[in-house]
Formats: sequence, structure tokens, C-alpha cells
Amino acid sequence: MTTDTIDQIIDKHQCEASSLIQILLDIQSENHWLPKEALERVSVRLDVPMSQIQHITTFYKSFSLVPRGRHEVHVCMGTACHVRGAQRVLDSVTEQIGIGPGETDVDLKYSLETVNCIGCCALGPVMVVDGEYHGNITPAQVAETFKNYE
Amino acid sequence: MSDLILQIDGREVIARPGATILEAAQSVGIAIPTLCHHEKLEAHGGCRICSVEVDARGRTSVVAACLYPVEQDLVVRTRTGKIERIRKSLVEMMMAHAPDSEQLLALAEEYGADRDRFEKDASFCIHCGLCVRYCAEIKKKHAVGFIDRGPRKEICFIPEIASKECWECKECFPLCPTSALQAAFVLIKSLTFPTDTPDSESK
Repeated sequence: MTTDTIDQIIDKHQCEASSLIQILLDIQSENHWLPKEALERVSVRLDVPMSQIQHITTFYKSFSLVPRGRHEVHVCMGTACHVRGAQRVLDSVTEQIGIGPGETDVDLKYSLETVNCIGCCALGPVMVVDGEYHGNITPAQVAETFKNYE
Repeated sequence: MSDLILQIDGREVIARPGATILEAAQSVGIAIPTLCHHEKLEAHGGCRICSVEVDARGRTSVVAACLYPVEQDLVVRTRTGKIERIRKSLVEMMMAHAPDSEQLLALAEEYGADRDRFEKDASFCIHCGLCVRYCAEIKKKHAVGFIDRGPRKEICFIPEIASKECWECKECFPLCPTSALQAAFVLIKSLTFPTDTPDSESK
């Protein structure tokens, strides 16, 4: 991610320190994670100390300080999904993309996370890829789903 | 605005508007224990050891004295059975993190807290935020900050700033109610200056 792109994002938010979280979210969605150089740039431009940025970026789970893949895969492990076989879905996903929960593959293609509930228990078991919900998914359908992602 | 009159432990106390219960109590010599409070810093309300009982607007509630502003005719009780129990539990919980802190040991003695009530999780930090706030508000260096949250929250020096600033300063060390701060600095020092620190190998 270049300094120019970061500056564009910062300028979009009028370089306001109060927009810090929004700026970080924008960088996160563009780049999938927050590299240290980007945070330093934000710190300088907004005149917000690095300690505060560190506090915020480690506080919220949506921020990642380590590289993430282009596609974010979330498998719901909530109670409803759990009883409907979330573990088997997760195993199938792990087998399919070759990484466990909390991991990112070497090509930076996928990151896998388990989540505790995404609030649509009626669809369980649920897998979310890049914000797209795959409800009532079976382990057998998992392989099919991942064919559509580059 | 004129001064306000309130009652603390049955005594009439006159305080200026905007003062906190803690300041009003201190002005007449009523002691309220504190851990995260520092007169030069913004109130933080992190440790809650200064909890007191107040009667305001027809109800009784427990508030942090270091944050709660005085009101006309406020009734404050700093030492009731309920308050003592709250403080005792707080000390016990903090002692799970920093069992040998002198300030905590003194409080434990006063409130009869059991040092070993909770399983030890010796992080040595009780999240008082004194170092973080001192560095930010007084020194304006922002060399130390909090990271993470909940049970994993801890203090962390920013190596780039700490390596330049902290060497000469270290003013936050005596503020720490436990020994966590020094430990964290020693850690970051050992990472930032791997071998040739002035006082590591020479002794």
C-alpha cells in the first residue's frame, strides 16, 4: 500500500483526528490489514500519538496488525450453528483452503476466523466469505463455494 | 457560582463547584484510599478503590470519588460495611495480579483482604494508567500506552519513542503502584538494545 493511497484516504476524511477509526477501517478494507508504515503515516498526518493508535488497533477485533488474505472467511461456531454441524463445516473449510482458524495462507488469498455468532441462527450453519453469507451450508458444498474466489 | 455545602461522613463540607468528592474530602482531612489518582493528572476512575456511597436525587449509589463532582446537599459515606466489602474485593482481585505491591499490601491489611483469594495471574499491572497518563499529559511523549483489552490488556512501550526518550526520564517508574512498569521497560530495553546497554553486563 503506497503513501499516496493512504493520503487519499486521510484526505477523504478531511484529515480529522476524530475520524481516526474510520480512516483505519478504510485502510483495513483496502489493504486487508494495517501495516506499520500506514499507521505511522496516519499518526503523522492526524497528529495522533502512536500509543493511541496502538491502543485502538489492538482493542477492536476488526483491525489486523498482521497480514491478512484477500478473502476473509468466517465460520460461525455459535450454539445454533454448533448443533447443526459447524465443526464439520469448519473442518471441511480447513481441508479446502489449507489453513486453520486465525491463520492466513502464504499466497495471502484466504484468512480463516471462527466467530461466536453472526446473528442469523436460522440459517445455521453459516459461513461468511467477504461479507457474503452462505447459510445452511453442508461440508460437501464448501468446496463448491471456494471455486468462485480468486 | 457560590460554594456548595455537602455532607461527608456526617460532617458539613464546603466545596467549590466542579470539585470532586475526593477533593472535598481531602480538604477536611477525610482519607479516601486511591490507587489510580494523581493530582496533576486527569481523573481516570480505573481502580475504583475510592468508591464511596452517595445519596443523591433520592437514591443511594456507589460512585468513584475521584470522578464524581460535588453537589449541593449531597450526602457521602466513605466508610460503610458495603464500601469496605467492595474495597476488600477490589484489593483481592488486584492482588491476583500484583501480590507483593506495597500499596496493595497496606490496603489489604486495612480492609482485611485475603491475598490468596483468587488464583494468581501475575501480570503485575493493575491498569491504573498512571504511567500512560503521565507520559501523555505531563511529558507529552506518548512513549507508553495500553494495548489489547479485557483480561489481555497490558501496558506497552513504543520502542521507537522509548529508546529516545525513556532513558533520560523514567519519571513514571516511582508512580507505579506495582513493579509492572519497570518490568515492562526492562523488557523493551532488552529488545531495543540487545547487547550494549550501559548497566546490563557491566555489573
